[in-house]
Amino acid sequence: MTTITADGHIDDHAHDADHKPAFFQRWFMSTNHKDIGTLYLIFAIVAGIIGGAISGLMRLELAEPGIQYLQAWASISNGSEASMDQAYHLWNVLITAHGLIMVFFMVMPAMIGGFGNWFVPLMIGAPDMAFPRMNNVSFWLLVPAFLLLLGSSFVPGGTGNGAGTGWTVYAPLSTSGSVGPAVDMAILSLHLAGASSILGAINFITTIFNMRAPGMTLHKMPLFVWSVLVTAFLLLLALPVLAAAITMLLTDRNFGTTFYDAAGGGDPVLYQHLFWFFGHPEVYIMILPGFGMVSHIVATFSRKPVFGYLGMAYAMVAIGVVGFVVWAHHMFTTGMSVNVKMYFTAATMVIAVPTGIKIFSWIATMWGGSMSFKTPMMWALGFIFMFTVGGVTGVVLANGGIDDNLHDTYYVVAHFHYVLSLGAVFSIFAGFYYWFPKMSGRMYNELLGQLHFWIFFIGVNILFFPQHFLGQQGMPRRYADYPEQFAYWNQISSIGYAVMLVGVLIFFVNIGWSLLAGRKAEGNYWGEGATTLEWTLTSPPPFHQFETLPQIK
Amino acid sequence: MTHFVKAWILAIGLILTPTALSAQDALPAAPSVEPAAASGLEAADAPAAAEAPASGLDPALYTPMKPTPGIGMPVDGGIDFQEQFSETGQTAHWINSAILVPMMFGVSILVLFLLFWVVFRFRRGANPEPSKTTHNTFIEIIWTVIPVLILVVIAVPSISLLARQFEPAPEDALTVKVTGYQWYWGYSYPDNGDFEVISNMLSEEEAEARGEPHQLAADNRMVIPVGKPVKLLITAADVIHSFAIPSAWFKLDAVPGRINEKVLQIDREGVYYGQCSELCGARHGFMPITVEVLSQEKFDNWVLANGGTVKGAAAEPVATDADADEASTKIAAADAAAATN
Repeated sequence: MTTITADGHIDDHAHDADHKPAFFQRWFMSTNHKDIGTLYLIFAIVAGIIGGAISGLMRLELAEPGIQYLQAWASISNGSEASMDQAYHLWNVLITAHGLIMVFFMVMPAMIGGFGNWFVPLMIGAPDMAFPRMNNVSFWLLVPAFLLLLGSSFVPGGTGNGAGTGWTVYAPLSTSGSVGPAVDMAILSLHLAGASSILGAINFITTIFNMRAPGMTLHKMPLFVWSVLVTAFLLLLALPVLAAAITMLLTDRNFGTTFYDAAGGGDPVLYQHLFWFFGHPEVYIMILPGFGMVSHIVATFSRKPVFGYLGMAYAMVAIGVVGFVVWAHHMFTTGMSVNVKMYFTAATMVIAVPTGIKIFSWIATMWGGSMSFKTPMMWALGFIFMFTVGGVTGVVLANGGIDDNLHDTYYVVAHFHYVLSLGAVFSIFAGFYYWFPKMSGRMYNELLGQLHFWIFFIGVNILFFPQHFLGQQGMPRRYADYPEQFAYWNQISSIGYAVMLVGVLIFFVNIGWSLLAGRKAEGNYWGEGATTLEWTLTSPPPFHQFETLPQIK
Repeated sequence: MTHFVKAWILAIGLILTPTALSAQDALPAAPSVEPAAASGLEAADAPAAAEAPASGLDPALYTPMKPTPGIGMPVDGGIDFQEQFSETGQTAHWINSAILVPMMFGVSILVLFLLFWVVFRFRRGANPEPSKTTHNTFIEIIWTVIPVLILVVIAVPSISLLARQFEPAPEDALTVKVTGYQWYWGYSYPDNGDFEVISNMLSEEEAEARGEPHQLAADNRMVIPVGKPVKLLITAADVIHSFAIPSAWFKLDAVPGRINEKVLQIDREGVYYGQCSELCGARHGFMPITVEVLSQEKFDNWVLANGGTVKGAAAEPVATDADADEASTKIAAADAAAATN
């Protein structure tokens, strides 16, 4: 890929669309949206492997009642024999790391940084992002952020090494409850990741508003671009609130302030309000780009334009807007007044309406179509059904009075893994298979892709569906050990993990095989159903595209 | 499209307003809370209480009750909620079984059926020429309005359930103060001489010896009388914990610096288990909640056995309520309002 190196010093060849800089300059000082997108995807895959391995450790420990492995693992991380409390602390470090890695270092970089960077400029007919250097800063802030988070596992964080606060970092467990630098490192990691995302969001908003090809009005913009636009606004509005919340955590921890300490006039619940004012939009940040990708994939493989385009676009806008006024449903048991609880119950339910519009519009897009079932389409179909299942349990949890029993149980874990692990991750795989040949120039292996889908689909359902049962029976989240009544479904769940793991391994075999031996991909390998601008280019696209801007009718 | 959404949001709002207003009326008047004088273990009058035979009370009569297998605890491989023993719990369970579960199955199966149908009917082999339809206003209105109607059907019982869960306890309700510590629970009884019971998890051997489920059983239980509303004041001493009893549909966070109030009423004598439900550090999973629900008489005996005092137990010796009242300082109304949402 780095063939043109001899004339690296002549770098103002504006006419040579495929002039690539030398290796270091290309990958470490990149200003090219496609290269930065590739970096983000590689980063997300690495983070996904680490975050997924951590969940493997957790499912292994939970496979049967009692503590089997934690103490040994804690001893390895300590370098000396670990106490039982340190073992339990390690558990909290694992759940914290799994959550933060999957949210901030896997799903977001893959969807927004990876696919967003790659395909927003291509789809709107732009040569690059609006601020190419800032784009590079966004990516390279993520790397130290990830290193800080991983490094925090090896420094003291209270009972043992690492930050054991949960991904929500609730005070006062994260302030007076965790002595040592681990939590400070985790907080700084979130600061950097947040700054990275804010810069990215500014870049996307500017690009989408100013660099659309002539004739591409907002109402002609592809839905994936719409989804990234809405996501960027959510990021821009939500992340500064997180930054403020965790900055106050830092000062409470280190400089004697008492924002979250009742003894000094503060309030621990204030932190939860600030966190979830960010945290709820965050869950839509993780799913909206997936909505956009699924729309394209469904349309492509049905050979039919998206049904109800405007309804689809404005449903995403509505989800984004309503997403900002429902945050306290994450706090139904903190002791709210009855009126507040009623409001958040009703407001949360409203979200089901635009979500329903999207589900039914996807089905209507397929209705009357001429469907083929290539791997990306299988993932998209799986996404639609699994997201529906995760959505209906969300409607159950929206009821403040019902949530009293389900709050902080495995039912919640099952719910958000259905919308994220079976929702967001399915859409990432869908997008990956859909665009992999466009990005790499090589076709993936269809048989391995189908195998990956079916094994993963079965695995994650065995993994997460029984967790609804555990939650209804009352098993709380974030438990390293449990009464033996919960043993049966926990064991099934762990078996599901093993099945899913086989699917993931097939995925990696597929990537390796395709990169080495995959058939060369044409420009529009999906045929007439694929209508957006990226399909007018070669696979992979030239290093600089659209030097003459395309005209949109 | 969007104005339909808006209209229906307003419509829901209008439908819900009367319920919300009536619930507001039902808000607890700022109650006077006896601050948990943290000390208050065995008061000096414990011996006096012990020699109060007139009422037939005898602390020696209290023996810890054995749990009934499968009641008040999870069951092996169970899939539904635990059996409910509070009125609001039964209502909530009913709403789930009769409304929410059918809704979930209905919607999921409808979507699954539609997916199978389009996959079968509109596969390339069966339908080589795709249609060009991209709009149908009528169907778009349908799939906006019907979900709204379903949500209204869910919201009405759900909102009224909330109103009932927030009904305040009667004036004379027993008060129990629950405090979460890292990593155990403390239960104090300000109406009964303010003694505090410290509740730690039983080890596996101890639990087995007592015939109780490991990791759910605690050495000292929170004991309350059966069939009566009990006012729980829940707080924490260090980090946030959460007090949960799944078989009573009860969960409320214990937040340091706040006192959360909620009524607990369990209508059957027995032992009910729960577990801390907010991440609180290393031994989060090992601070269970054990609630023993007894008849009033047995409850009084338990109180006496713990050195507490029983209201109006005997003609002469015990009655220390007056002392307790004197000792207690009332919290300013504003504080109480803030603390007791």
